[in-house]
Formats: sequence, structure tokens, C-alpha cells
Amino acid sequence: MSILVTPDTKVLIQGITGSFGARHAKLSLDYGTMVVAGVTPGKGGQLFENQVPIFDTVDQAVRETGATVSAVFVPPPFAADAILEGVAAGLDLVVAITEGIPVIDMMKVKEAMKGCKTRLIGPNCPGLVTPGTGGKSHGGCRIGIAPGYIHKKGNVGVVSRSGTLTYEAVWQLTTRGYGQSTCVGIGGDPINGTSHLDILKMFNDDPETEAIIMIGEIGGTAEEEAAAWAAEHCKKPIAGFIAGATAPEGRRMGHAGAIVSGGQGTAEGKINALRAAGIEIAETPSDMADALIRRMKR
Amino acid sequence: MNIHEFQARELFAEFGVATQPGRVALTPAEAESVATGLSGGKLVIKAQIHAGGRGKGTFKNGFKGGVHLCDTPAEARDLASNMLGQVLVTHQTGPEGKEVGKVFVGEAVDIARELYFAILIDRATSLPVVIASTEGGVDIETVAEKTPEKILRLSISPFLGIMPYQTRLIAASLGLKGPLMNQASKLFTNLYRLFIERDCSMVEVNPLVVTQDGKLMALDAKFNFDDNALYRQPSIVAMRDVTEEDPREVEASKHSLNYIGLDGNIACLVNGAGLAMATMDIIQHAGGSPANFLDVGGGATREQVASAFRIILADSRVKGILVNIFGGIMDCDVIANGIVEAARETGLSIPLVVRLEGNNVEAGKQTLAESGLKLESGENILDAAKKIVAAVKTAS
Repeated sequence: MSILVTPDTKVLIQGITGSFGARHAKLSLDYGTMVVAGVTPGKGGQLFENQVPIFDTVDQAVRETGATVSAVFVPPPFAADAILEGVAAGLDLVVAITEGIPVIDMMKVKEAMKGCKTRLIGPNCPGLVTPGTGGKSHGGCRIGIAPGYIHKKGNVGVVSRSGTLTYEAVWQLTTRGYGQSTCVGIGGDPINGTSHLDILKMFNDDPETEAIIMIGEIGGTAEEEAAAWAAEHCKKPIAGFIAGATAPEGRRMGHAGAIVSGGQGTAEGKINALRAAGIEIAETPSDMADALIRRMKR
Repeated sequence: MNIHEFQARELFAEFGVATQPGRVALTPAEAESVATGLSGGKLVIKAQIHAGGRGKGTFKNGFKGGVHLCDTPAEARDLASNMLGQVLVTHQTGPEGKEVGKVFVGEAVDIARELYFAILIDRATSLPVVIASTEGGVDIETVAEKTPEKILRLSISPFLGIMPYQTRLIAASLGLKGPLMNQASKLFTNLYRLFIERDCSMVEVNPLVVTQDGKLMALDAKFNFDDNALYRQPSIVAMRDVTEEDPREVEASKHSLNYIGLDGNIACLVNGAGLAMATMDIIQHAGGSPANFLDVGGGATREQVASAFRIILADSRVKGILVNIFGGIMDCDVIANGIVEAARETGLSIPLVVRLEGNNVEAGKQTLAESGLKLESGENILDAAKKIVAAVKTAS
């Protein structure tokens, strides 16, 4: 079953003609994703890769193709607007890949989205993948920038703030024979659309997901909130890894949201919260899949 | 991005936030002339550095205190000459201290009350929040711990901005009555406008003072700006003082490398911020000490890797390098070639351990093995970390 997207989900890509968007639109098509439309203002009427129609507006794209999900590959100065355009068109899901959107813009986006049916994932996220059943998991739904071939269809849900650290966990699982239901990158920004907790709830309700890996990092309290909820409500085994134990206080470690402020949001605090909730901790990033396997065997 | 106190004052002046009269001076003579231009009362001289705790700090030349009061412009000149060009060490600067290039010369105020007022973005609610307290002039984290009931937190609507009734509510909670309430409304409104229009992530006024003659003013302020928004804030970018930043980081930003310098001796080079943090962590886990955070992002080209190696090697503390790359879409063999060429170009002679995984990894490992360079391959991240820690220990 998976969460959020299935191999049949119709996807549109905002910013499809930019070099970043084009590159990953092609990779998603190669993976078997149903990319049914692209949106670049002013380029409506053109074809992407001789197969995907491009539209001037998300509204047109949705009406003509029935797309329900968008991936936003639009540069930071225009990304907040692009997200809200997707929301206004009534999409189920907007996945904002863009890194570098001003925080005040995202604050306004979230406020404007209150009461709308659209879910936002990101920004500054690698996107999500529901693996397919073909060779190297071909035939699934790949939204964003993750490498498709590392995935395998299976029953482990993965939720993470990071990109390459997620790919490490996924590859460890795949090479040990454990496939994934859906892998969700929620992104590294301090203000984002979907939290660890939101995804944990979905995995908990998903009959196909039997176990979960949760990857976090310094900054904020999202991991602690997710752990507290999981302790009460989640019966499925969870393993976790938290990055940033050696990060100095007050510095932004790459991700805008990866910052320890006034002693809050430390790796140690998060690891303690996860442990207290019965989540198996991976001591190192090499240990993420093995930590889950240990937990599943308990 | 941080700014100096005197630049914060410039922002206050621009947005009509009341503050103590005064100007910045770069020489003792200038300090004297600024002082002469003020109203003739008691003066305050403050060293301008990007760190707190200046009052209790000590200069390396023995002179005590980065904040002084005096009575005459001549005294202002003498105090300035003790500070300018000298290194001030405070509990926030670290033992190396910071060199003082400018001093602020202002009218000292007779303080009747010290309050606290800050605006920041609350991650939990995704809204701007005002934090106000009657306990100014002290560390707000201590207040939060010991007397949290003395702190008011008020969320602001990003679309309405701070409403006049909200400014009065805050003023009332701070015990600001009569004419002070109107002054407070104006100050809070203008400070919020500054916060939004200049894309701040935090503005902290500590202390916000009530003077003996009934004036409300921001006596000191700390600003933090959203790095993501600097593209649309040219006047803020113009305030950047690179002399206050780590020179390695300044160099790295010129090459679009995400780099943060630490104190250890094992450098790392990684693609992805989360993986880069995890790599620093695992170096420590394996018994070593990370020298830096370095995220080369999605494009580890030969040029970027070479630039990264040069920046890493410019730090004489670095005794070994760990390269950790997960080639998702990137081809591991392309990365391996980039590493080999960069190592040759920069004349690398310290231990190098490379851990590659992902797309075309076998070809990448082969390239490394056949390079003729003195480098080791890691089987996984932990193996790579152990190898570099061991190599550095052996070499020392």
C-alpha cells in the first residue's frame, strides 16, 4: 500500500525546464514514475522529452491531466509562490525540493495553507520514493532527487530530514534484503510542511509498513515529539539515528534547521528521548539497518 | 550572519527604534570628536566585537573591561586608545579573543529599569513570537529556567503583523504605564517592522531600558539574519564583517562550499549536510577529533574537491582527511577520478581514507586502488573512520 504516493500517482513537475528540474524529471520518468505534466510559466504548449506536456499554470496542468501531486524545482525567490500555486489548484500533495527559501516566506506559506486540503512536504528536501516491483525497484513513484536504484519494494518505512544519510539507510536495508514501503525526506529547514510525527502516524496506519527507521539531526524538537507519540501509540518496531552530536552550539550545519540554540535541540537530548520511547538507537550511520533488524528480532 | 552593535544602531535609526545617542569611532581622535558632539553629560565607550560579555572581558594588553563610563571627551579618547587595535577576551570569544577595530562612543544613560524584549521565529508554531520580560540585563535562559512566569511569549500573525493592542498588552505586562506605554507601542511596532523587512531570524534587545527621566530605549541589541534571505537584503550583506569570521569559512564560501571550522585534526569532505554531520560524529566515535564540517553538496566536481582539499590543507592542524561520498546519482568513478586528480594537484601528503558507496562504486574503488596515491579505502563509514584515526595516530 505505501503512504502518500503509489506507482499510479500522477505527478506534475513545477520548474521542469530548469536544469535541476529537467534532470530529475528525466530520472523520475526513467524510474517509471507517472510524470504527466510540467509547469514553466511561458513555456506552455511545449513537450518535455517528447512525451510530457508543459503548461503555463498548475491549474491548467491539473485540469488537463488529472495530476494530484507536484514536485517544486523552482529557485528560492519564486518557490513560495510556486507552492501556493499548487495549493490553490487543489493538489493532494506538494513536495518542495528547493533549498534556500527565506524563512519568512515559508512562515507565510504555512499560514496561508491552514485549512487547505493540500499537504506540503519540505522545503529543502530530497522528496519521496515508493519503490516499484521491477528490477532495481523500477516502476515505482519517485518524486524529487533520490537515486531510484537503491530502493527495493518491501515493508520498512523510512522518514528523515537528510538526503544522502537517508540513501545510506535505504541502501543498507536493500542490501540486507529488507525492502521499503515508502521513503520520505521531510527536509532540513526549520519551518516545513510535514514533520517526523506526521509521517510516523501514516506509517503506523499503513498495513504495508511493518517497521520504521527515523533519521534526525540537531535543531528543533520534532524528533522528541515524534518519539513521545510513538511511545504511546506505535506498536511497530522503530530504529533511529540522530546526526550532529559533535556540532558546535549556535552554528547552522548546512541545513537551515540544523542548529542548537540556547542549549535546545541537541543530539544528546534527542537520542535520550528516542531511547526513552523504546526506539533502538544506531550509534553510527553504518548501523542504521542493523539497529532496526535487532529491534525487529526482540 | 551577525552584525556589530553600531550597525544594529544604524538599523534602529532607519526604523525609528529609540536608542541611546552616539556614533562609532575608529581612532582615539575620532572618539574625542564624537564625544564632543554629544550633549555634554556622562559618556560610555564600548568595544565593537561580535560577542557578548564585553563589560567583564579583559584585553590581552592587560586593560580591563570592554565597556567604560567617563566624563569628558579627553577621557573618551584615552579609553579608546586602550581598546582600539587590542584583542578583547570575553567568556563568549574563546581564549583567542577578538581584535577591536571600532568603539561606540555614546551618551551614558541613567538606568531606572532594565527589561528584555526579543522577536524570533518559533519553530513549534511556525510564527513570529515576541518574548518579553521584566528581567533585563541578565541571561534570559537563566530567567526561563528559574522564573519562567516572568517571561511573556506572544505569537504574531505574519499577515497582520504586530497589532497595536498587542504592543499595549506587552507594555502592560512590563509595567510600562502612562507616556511609557505609548513609547513602548511605537518601539515594539517599529522593531517588528525591522524584523520582517530585513528578514531577521532573531532580534534581541537586552537590556531594553527605562531611563531616570522616563525614556524607553534599546540599549543593546543582537541581530541574526536569515542566510536564505540575504539575496534580497543587499544593505544587510553590505554590513558583513569578514574579519570577524573564520578565514577558512570565508574562503570556502567563495567556492560555494558549505564549510564550518572546528578544532580537531581529522578533516572530512562529504556530500550532504546530514551525512557530513554524521561523518564528524563517527570520527569522534572512533576516537578522533573532527577538524571541520564540509558539505560539497550535489556536485563533487574535480574543481570543488580540489578547492575543498586546499582549504582543508591550509589548516596546519589537519593531519588526515576522510572523504565520505554516497554517489546516489553521481557516478563513484567520476568522484574517484576527481579525488585522485585533486590529491595530485594539491600535493597531498597526509593520510587520506576514501569511502565511496553507490552508483558504479566498484569502478571507483578500482580507480583509487590504481592511482598510485597513498590512500586507503573504507569498507563502510565506521571502517573508514577507524582507518583514518589509526593512520593519523601512526603518522604522529
